[in-house]
Amino acid sequence: MRSIDGTVLDLKRLDLLATGDSIIHRLDARAKVVTTLFFIIMVVSYNRYALAELTPFLFFPVITLALSNLPISYILKKIATILPLALFVGLFNPLFDREIQVILGPVAISGGWISLVSIMGRSALTVGSAIILIATTGFISVCHALNRLGMPRVFTIQLLFLYRYIFVLTEEAARTTRARELRACGKKGLGFSSFGPLIGHLLIRTWARAERIHMAMVVRGFSGEFHSRQINRFGCNEYLYVIGWSLVFIILRTEDVTGILGAAFTGLFS
Amino acid sequence: MSHHIVEVKGLKHVYADSTVALDDLSFTIHHGESVAIIGANGAGKSTLLLHLNGYLAPTVGEVRIGGFPLTQATLPEIRRTVGMVFQDPDDQLFMPTVYEDVAFGPCNLGLPEEEVRQRVNEALGKVGARHLAQKPPYHLSGGEKKRVAIATVLSMSPDILVMDEPTNGLDPFSRRQLIRLLKDFQHTRIFTSHDLDMVIELCERTIVLHQGEVKADGPTVEIFNNEQLLAECRLEKPLSMQGCPICGASSKRL
Repeated sequence: MRSIDGTVLDLKRLDLLATGDSIIHRLDARAKVVTTLFFIIMVVSYNRYALAELTPFLFFPVITLALSNLPISYILKKIATILPLALFVGLFNPLFDREIQVILGPVAISGGWISLVSIMGRSALTVGSAIILIATTGFISVCHALNRLGMPRVFTIQLLFLYRYIFVLTEEAARTTRARELRACGKKGLGFSSFGPLIGHLLIRTWARAERIHMAMVVRGFSGEFHSRQINRFGCNEYLYVIGWSLVFIILRTEDVTGILGAAFTGLFS
Repeated sequence: MSHHIVEVKGLKHVYADSTVALDDLSFTIHHGESVAIIGANGAGKSTLLLHLNGYLAPTVGEVRIGGFPLTQATLPEIRRTVGMVFQDPDDQLFMPTVYEDVAFGPCNLGLPEEEVRQRVNEALGKVGARHLAQKPPYHLSGGEKKRVAIATVLSMSPDILVMDEPTNGLDPFSRRQLIRLLKDFQHTRIFTSHDLDMVIELCERTIVLHQGEVKADGPTVEIFNNEQLLAECRLEKPLSMQGCPICGASSKRL
């Protein structure tokens, strides 16, 4: 299992990537959020045996990744960490769904195996596009974009606070668990019974901190209304990005692009 | 200007668990004065500070800022007048970027955007942190966080600065930088601290709290030369006033 410290550092790295500069980084966050959402809806909308139809959707993450100068191995690693979860979701499909769907020479493949691979492919596509969105935009800008797209203000503020204090709280939790581990001398310590008070203490400390933060807000004139700077620059590039990709997704969804390409390819050789 | 006067009269504070934190406290701090409030742990320093901007209400007694009593009606103006810097800057920096954090106060005052920008620039300039404006607070070092926390208060142009343990947890360089910065301020300044060497440098007057009461109130140098008083209040002479620990040479007497 990874340490809490490591996870925090990893989050900070994702955050730093968003400060980079590229065509994708420079786009307004709303354009990227809308396009990514549309992409996810399209990918998820296929039936469970869809596999070949999903392949052309790889274009979107691959092209944005290439244009945004992100470290490819890092993004791939991030995607790989969620694949085991997807595997668990589809783990029993091959057992329950034994109907043969495809026969490749001597190998007969059942529907269960196809749907398992399809689930994993879809997870990789959707999570990958979300990670690329955060890495090129930053969590905070994504929150502001969602707010301007109509998400209630209360949720935005909650998310922003969560993101701000996730670093402070995880560092606090890391220090406490480290102190426990060091005094446990590599053994179990008091086992699970020591975790109760530990989590209780963390809760109380979090509570006390929340009060101090509230105090800091009140003394600077907070009265329930959050003011944030509005930067509007939804220009030509943004429209092009959203409409262009949406058209591509719609065509991929409605036309059998893989089939046409396949036929053209085999036609070439026959 | 009467705005800068802090008056505390017969202040008593009893917490909900019936702990008496402050008992019959009285003092007046005048315009432009720099005052240290010192005392052992649990002497009531933090509780006192929280009364100065109306976060806690006195059980008995009164706090007046700039001639006005602390009431619900005067509270917003008094909170603008008294700028408070907390001990842990992580509590004070809660917005996504440094710029937005420093702009938080002026925005709440309802100032137009142009003025907000100007104030943020000025405040960050004063603490030498203009280059940090677009950074998120968790990417700052301890010293940077402290200076930015001061800027978040300066942007509201307060008349009185109240700081809880300003040099706590800073490395020697950041501490020196902060002391130099605070020396230049023209505000009425109130500090609580265990860093008594900083107190000598910054404050001409010191108030000693002991078990919720004012034990002494007078010129800093006089108080630090009264060893009996310091021992009674669980304090010690600042290091710069003690003899050399290696050669035993006595320090310059202030």
